Amino acid sequence: MRAARDEILATIRQSLGRGPLEPDATAVLAARMAAPPQHPRPAFEEDLTTRTIRKLESRSATVARVADWTDVPRAAEQFRTENGIEPRVVIGAGLAALAWPSHWSWHSGPAAPDAVLSVTPAFAAIAETGTLMLVASPDSPTTHNFVPEHQIVVLKVEQIVRHFEDAWWCRQQTGAGLPRVVNLVSGPSRTADIEQTIQLGAHGPRRLHVILVG
Amino acid sequence: MDLHSHEFQSRARTALHDTSLQQALDQARDGFVAKRAAQVAELSEFEALREAAAQLKDHILEHLDDYLERYETAVNAAGGHVHWARDDAEARRIILDICARVDARTVTKGKSMVSEEIGLNEALIEAGLKVVETDLGEYIIQLAGEAPSHIIAPAVHKTREQVADLFEAAHGGPRRTEISDLVDAARQALRGRYFEADVGITGGNFLIAETGSSLIVTNEGNGDLTQTLARVHIVTAGIERVVPTLHDATLFLRLLARSATGQETETYTTVSTGPRRLDDLDGPEEYHVVLVDNGRSRMLAGPFRAMLRCIRCGACMNHCPVYGAIGGHAYGWVYPGPMGSVLTPLIKGLDLAYDLPNACTLNGRCASVCPVKIPLPDLLRQLRHAQFTQAITPRRQRGALAAWRVVATRPWLYHALERVVARILARLGARTGRLRRVPGAHGWTLGRDLPTPAARTFLECWHHEREKS
Ligand code: SF4
Repeated sequence: MRAARDEILATIRQSLGRGPLEPDATAVLAARMAAPPQHPRPAFEEDLTTRTIRKLESRSATVARVADWTDVPRAAEQFRTENGIEPRVVIGAGLAALAWPSHWSWHSGPAAPDAVLSVTPAFAAIAETGTLMLVASPDSPTTHNFVPEHQIVVLKVEQIVRHFEDAWWCRQQTGAGLPRVVNLVSGPSRTADIEQTIQLGAHGPRRLHVILVG
Repeated sequence: MDLHSHEFQSRARTALHDTSLQQALDQARDGFVAKRAAQVAELSEFEALREAAAQLKDHILEHLDDYLERYETAVNAAGGHVHWARDDAEARRIILDICARVDARTVTKGKSMVSEEIGLNEALIEAGLKVVETDLGEYIIQLAGEAPSHIIAPAVHKTREQVADLFEAAHGGPRRTEISDLVDAARQALRGRYFEADVGITGGNFLIAETGSSLIVTNEGNGDLTQTLARVHIVTAGIERVVPTLHDATLFLRLLARSATGQETETYTTVSTGPRRLDDLDGPEEYHVVLVDNGRSRMLAGPFRAMLRCIRCGACMNHCPVYGAIGGHAYGWVYPGPMGSVLTPLIKGLDLAYDLPNACTLNGRCASVCPVKIPLPDLLRQLRHAQFTQAITPRRQRGALAAWRVVATRPWLYHALERVVARILARLGARTGRLRRVPGAHGWTLGRDLPTPAARTFLECWHHEREKS
């Protein structure tokens, strides 16, 4: 294994016409890693919240806005009943303290095939493209984002940032660097693999509903 | 996957007469082009992004060894494992060894072109494993026993009627032809497979050196189910996929979806770092990355380095008139269209894929849309040149090219011959206004007529007009 690694690196260097980089050259790269150059970003004037809602809806997600954190269970129940979704739910532990309807059967463990709906706390949203950032943690297991047929994401207005670059700070969130999984979700699951016709609910959630708080 | 590029001419001919294929290609072509154009028109920074992306890729390739080492260190720090594969056989062995060690029986796969490149499915099946492709397009062609015909839309050559037949045979009746029913049928068929998988294999659009992460982009969410629910996650990626930081990956992401499917962003972009952590409730127990060289490190040396900028968006094939007429299978290997016509000869040999660089009109449309500005027509011309200097070009064509050079570098001779030929052709086609057959251009007139040229050449007319005034 070592042999393959060394041979590949040696061939790369030979092709580049040099040996291993000198210490000052690696120092330049290290500095670049610490402070990467700014690449062009799409400029826009639109208000961050308006844009996020508009973009999400353009990709068939739905958005409901509530004033307060305690309104979330009611908004979730409304979405559930309007769409005739069974109340078999997984709720990220980060939201478990809210007063969920008593007729829901729910837990905060990983999603198994019988989970029909999930309720997930967002970590951030990016207004540039209207994209939700969900990060793996005991409060928000990754299976919640893909296994259930329908997903509700709870997002606070102040979590919306302008560009992707503004969201990447999540890597500093924990001492261990990035969360194990960062999911950037821009709508319900879709496919166009048969005759280029867009169809929702390919493998992941068929419906994505965002409850925007604030 | 076996190489069939030497059959290009016969495959292309068959493709032109395949009505289902032509129907499918017609449907695809305009959609991809129009959607991309709409996205580009929306984003005034698009050209600036392309320029920055090309420069960034060149910077990465210039320092590829260093970034790969940094990436490896970061993956290890996150509890993952990096494996290096010099060629396809070594990559297959590494993956088979992992599967054997963890007693794997079922392997689910997200879409990965590198896994096609290394012929992974055949090897896994031969080793007695059950392999399930989970991307809808890949699932369709797996049922059909075919290779992908497009790098981002593997089943683009299939009509819905054909998919309906395949699904009826695989899932049982009744036969359904509604697209929503077909997508649903695949969803139901694959659900259970994700949960029973021991190993989940995905590609890696980008590998982040800073964090040791792999990044995948999908619309369906199948890649995420694959890598989250299997006990072991294996990422397969070419060595050129490394980027320094998440900021740098963002630059490419802004170009990728717009260029590929004409979307502003794909539905799911996922950054994964290492295996399940202590307090995680789900995720794989092991996380492996197989870095595949397979000729790439040598490609860095010569004039073809720019090809390693490729981010596999497929825009070049979507805009290629040749691909649009014959589809992907005619190219005879994993990578079709313009990027494949450069990569296949470089990876598999200039002689074994002789026709590919020559099956191009050098119209330049691919280069004008490539998000990392790869000069594809120039590279194709360089390949032709290399074929010529290495005496791979067939004797008859070499003779013809040599004769052409004699004529083309002597203007007096060129013009004299042109006058003669113009007169002969004008006389031959005087009655009908077109020529059904032209000596020496049999292949060209097989599919179309040549309009009869004017009896006098442009230069003759020009001189005549000048004298008059
Ligand atoms: S060569 Fe350019 S256009 Fe073609 S797939 Fe690669 S990046 Fe896309």
